[in-house]
Amino acid sequence: MYTGVPTVKRTAVYVYQTPVRIWHWVNALSITVLAVTGYLIGSPLPTLPGEASDHYLMGYIRFFHFAAAYVFLVGFLFRIYWAFVGNSYSHQLFTLPFWRRRFWSELLHEVRWYAFQEPEPRKYVGHNPLAHLFMVVIITVGGLVMIVTGLALYSEQTGLGSWPDALFGWVIPFVGQSQDVRMWHHWGMWVIVVFVMLHVYTAIREDIMSRQSLISTMVSGWRMFKDDRP
Amino acid sequence: MATTETFYEVMRRQGISRRSFLKYCSLTATALGLAPSFAGTIAQAMETKPRTPVIWLHGLECTCCSESFIRSAHPLVSDVVLSMISLDYDDVLMASAGHQAEAILDEIRLKYKGQYILAVEGNPPLNQDGMSCIIGGRPFVEQLKEVAADCKAVISWGSCASWGCVQAAHPNPTQAVPVHKVITDKPIIKVPGCPPIAEVMTGVITYMLTFDRLPELDRQGRPKMFYGQRIHDKCYRRPHFDAGQFVEDWDDEGARKGYCLYKMGCKGPTTYNACSTTRWNNGVSFPIQSGHGCIGCSEDGFWDKGSFYDHVTNTNVFGIEANADKVGIAAAGTVGAAIAAHAAASAIQRIKQRAGEHHEENDQT
Repeated sequence: MYTGVPTVKRTAVYVYQTPVRIWHWVNALSITVLAVTGYLIGSPLPTLPGEASDHYLMGYIRFFHFAAAYVFLVGFLFRIYWAFVGNSYSHQLFTLPFWRRRFWSELLHEVRWYAFQEPEPRKYVGHNPLAHLFMVVIITVGGLVMIVTGLALYSEQTGLGSWPDALFGWVIPFVGQSQDVRMWHHWGMWVIVVFVMLHVYTAIREDIMSRQSLISTMVSGWRMFKDDRP
Repeated sequence: MATTETFYEVMRRQGISRRSFLKYCSLTATALGLAPSFAGTIAQAMETKPRTPVIWLHGLECTCCSESFIRSAHPLVSDVVLSMISLDYDDVLMASAGHQAEAILDEIRLKYKGQYILAVEGNPPLNQDGMSCIIGGRPFVEQLKEVAADCKAVISWGSCASWGCVQAAHPNPTQAVPVHKVITDKPIIKVPGCPPIAEVMTGVITYMLTFDRLPELDRQGRPKMFYGQRIHDKCYRRPHFDAGQFVEDWDDEGARKGYCLYKMGCKGPTTYNACSTTRWNNGVSFPIQSGHGCIGCSEDGFWDKGSFYDHVTNTNVFGIEANADKVGIAAAGTVGAAIAAHAAASAIQRIKQRAGEHHEENDQT
């Protein structure tokens, strides 16, 4: 029966479980705090007048950096745990089907879609291959690099014999010296900043242009498909 | 040479009576919290223990370590050299020269095999078969290997011996390498700094003689007691850092008030040394106290780590030198512009598609 109102049948799949969604937003917040405070540790705010005892600005900035780092670290460890106990999509973040041909052909298709060479993207319940690759490289590998270099730098103030020193103190002579570790940690921040820009843009764009939901999925957990075609 | 002289003999020679010596032994036992019976043990140790022979070799270096060493105040360097150790070979301080001097090396090696301490100032260059540093007609690297073969332990004086320092800085034409790259089978104590603090140098020696063992070393082989913390951790300007009070420019108000030199590129936060506690020249001052940032002279490869006057220093990888902040801001700006352009292109495409869909709908009806 033709009613004059266009009807589109939408299917939905539950992808992101509640703990994954909470982790995503907590992680987003901690990364934002880490990037801002981290930049201010590298390039501090203009000097303050008066007595040193009147202020604790740098101390607070560093405190928030370390607090957010702990949140990021605990979140990261939790996310690894959840990859084991969560649904089948939850371990995408830690696994890359590197040897599967289809992954690379689909990745190429996705790149062509962004280059306006394909009329429409394919549908994916989990991450699309391009997003999948970026997530593994930036969030998992990049996150790990930031955790390791960050804790190595943290060990410098917790001191010899502290747990960050016992576990990550070796990183400093491994990389060179303290200043090298600082600079690599700083480069890592810029890589993540650029990733976040791309991530936010593509999430919004895909939500509008692709055949599936993106932003609402990370809020509700349900992936909605806009059409029934394969 | 009277290298077998014991501590007791030295004390007697300096006019201390046996009675005073025994009193000293009892007092030491009490001070160390030992039972009274240990006074005898201490007396016996001091009567029988010979002074440790020390050989001090000089490789590729500027002698700033020796210059620093002879200014030690606690203990006085004269006490160290004349009473505590038996400095049998040191081409800067010894009286003999030429073949006489070189003969001492062989004598010590044979007579005190496995007993003497080898202190090395400077490092061996390996290029051109080591010809860039010749001692007594032979490459220094040969002398170093020979003397190290029979020593008890090696002390690497200064950043040259510990890390390589200026002669090993890029491009290192003579291929100068730190001592631990050449001597791999002996315990090595690194005492880095350009030069190291005098009291740190004599302190390390005093510790080794008093306790007859190596000081506790960190991961990189430096004595924990002097290199366990960063200059920043004990800096008297640290409160200004925590408060966010920085020198922004040389001779500004902050510089006059003694604010933190972090923004001027002070490497105190990345440098492990005792400058902020021990200070220099009998505790008179240290670089930060005189208004200049730390340049990180006791850190590995400090010549090649970018400017002494930037906090965010350039990173040099694969021959490309770049500053994280400059590249990062440029990259973020470029990506931002690319996103805007891509978004605009996407919007245009979508409008076109929509228009196409409308046409199709119109065609159907």
